[in-house]
Amino acid sequence: MLKFTIRRLLITFPQLVILSILVFFLGSLMPGDALSGLLDPNIPAEAIQAKREELGLDNPWYIQYRDWIFAMFQGDFGTSIFHQRPVMDVIGDRLMNTVWLSLFSTILIYLIGLPLGLVSGRYNDSLLDNTITGYTYLGFATPQFIFGLVILWLFGYNLGWFPTGGSVGPGLEPGSIDYILSKINHLVLPSFAIALIGLVGTVQYLRSGIIETKQKDFIILARAKGVKESSVYNRHIFRNSILPIAAFFGYEIVALLGGSIFIEMIYSYPGMGRLFLDSISTRDFSVANVLILFYGILAILGALLSDIILSIVDPRIRIK
Amino acid sequence: MSENLLEVKNLTTAFKIGGEYFPAVDDVSLNIKPNEVLALVGESGSGKSATAFSLMGLHTKARMEGEVNFLGRNLLKLNEGKMNKIRGGDMAMIFQDPMTALNPLMKVKQQIIETLKIHNTKPKNERESYAIELLDRVGIPRPKRVGEAYPHELSGGMRQRVVIAIAIANRPKMLIADEPTTALDVTIQAQILDLIRELQEELNSGVLLITHDLGVVAEMADRVAVMYAGQIVEVAPARELFKNPQHPYTKSLLNSLPTEDMLGKKLHVIQGVVPALDKMDRTGCRFAPRIPWVPASEHEYNPQLREIAPGHHVRCTCYKNFSLEDAGETYVDIDEHEYEMATRGGNV
Repeated sequence: MLKFTIRRLLITFPQLVILSILVFFLGSLMPGDALSGLLDPNIPAEAIQAKREELGLDNPWYIQYRDWIFAMFQGDFGTSIFHQRPVMDVIGDRLMNTVWLSLFSTILIYLIGLPLGLVSGRYNDSLLDNTITGYTYLGFATPQFIFGLVILWLFGYNLGWFPTGGSVGPGLEPGSIDYILSKINHLVLPSFAIALIGLVGTVQYLRSGIIETKQKDFIILARAKGVKESSVYNRHIFRNSILPIAAFFGYEIVALLGGSIFIEMIYSYPGMGRLFLDSISTRDFSVANVLILFYGILAILGALLSDIILSIVDPRIRIK
Repeated sequence: MSENLLEVKNLTTAFKIGGEYFPAVDDVSLNIKPNEVLALVGESGSGKSATAFSLMGLHTKARMEGEVNFLGRNLLKLNEGKMNKIRGGDMAMIFQDPMTALNPLMKVKQQIIETLKIHNTKPKNERESYAIELLDRVGIPRPKRVGEAYPHELSGGMRQRVVIAIAIANRPKMLIADEPTTALDVTIQAQILDLIRELQEELNSGVLLITHDLGVVAEMADRVAVMYAGQIVEVAPARELFKNPQHPYTKSLLNSLPTEDMLGKKLHVIQGVVPALDKMDRTGCRFAPRIPWVPASEHEYNPQLREIAPGHHVRCTCYKNFSLEDAGETYVDIDEHEYEMATRGGNV
């Protein structure tokens, strides 16, 4: 188990290096540099050239790449031209908001999705199952931004139960109880908007997993041992049916951490997805670059997480 | 109290096909005494496994009628909770395909401990060591290490030994073996059969051995019941059945078994297949369509099992003047390769 995790971690390092090189090249492929657009055109070309040399922009790519990596290891991710603040500060605020949103959404997805899938698979082709399956088809067919708008309109605007935008109420002391409650209150609508649509895949995977597993020979053998029907489902069928969900867990987390652009736009929620979109439309490449690298790292870590989870659940894929 | 361990009376198990119930097991009656091996033979689709599953109450969506009397109780009348005490306890089952019969996510020893726990056979702190003991008993080398293994790390023969260890864990009085050797190599088959025989004698239990392998029947069975299309067509002591088969189906089965002296000669094949559940004529002799040369007058309407000699029962009247010689061209050439293929599986 430990051996598998260590091996799997070792594979991750070359992946990260290749990713960082790719991101760096994509950045340097873009026309112009930090000194081509923002400067007063009256500044003499020699002065700009001197500044270029001072900043190391004339160095060969591997020197620049090395400087970039070294700087990042020292926590220096550059400065956002648009925000005029260090990139890390800009991302930091948004990241925490997105972490909370994805945490809430994930909990909701599994809290609602797993029981629905379990019931749907166990009593397949019953009225209950047909209702749940009907909902999942509806969920697959509904774009998240439509669903998000409907929920916003209904519970935020018409009923007024929850705030319609932002991540926290104004004028609250960070860390106080009111502040935390306000944060949670702001999270309810966007996280339900994500979860109620996002859980349909989980429900369908679990449903088909259970229907497939429950007619396997080892389930019949479990019954032949005298195992209670409830234990047959909880101990034998469920664990064998969640393998595909476990396999996707890491990716799901990563997708959520990347931020849901539509939901964040609709609820004016200051998260990563919106930041990424903004940074591209304002040509704020120092932010966009770090975000792309961040997403890449997330994807690699997500795959790692999925593999580790899967190896915990399924002994057959552990590397000896 | 009779001396029978298991008495099945008029068992009918019906499955729903397109809104209607069709019996896969049709009015089956059987008895098994302690320490007796009853073989239930027939080709695929004849209802052998459906019978075994009915006895264990493993059909989830079937309609069952009749009686399954076991240790003084009618199992069909028991609720799930009481049935769970019997399943894996006094009545246990060995399955056909060891490759799929074990939970891939559970350690071998856990799967044995689970059944010990359900039936409370051993105190908690002795279960693990007893599980290892059972693995040793079914002939698994280094049982301690195998106990820690997952099923995918074991070979088919080893897995079948584990399945057997699970079955005998609670010293069952009745053992149902559903084609226990079909999925195994020939060399392993003999070992597994020997093991089942040994354990059966040790536990003094009755065995219902389901198979389509007449070689296995000859080796293991005290009595044989031949099943066709959901009905028992002939029951006899094993020796008697092989020496003096009566029903056309039994004769055809025995005759289509390749033997060494038949090399290069022609092998009998039974024409056609077992009819589907929903497309079966249930009023006449069910084997009639597959022996078309026998005139309808030879068959009986709604044929019954009759005792023609002590312990020897045959269904329908068509056996009286039946001869395979009349069949004409129902033979195929048998060459060396086919002989090997046929005898390897030992299939009928």
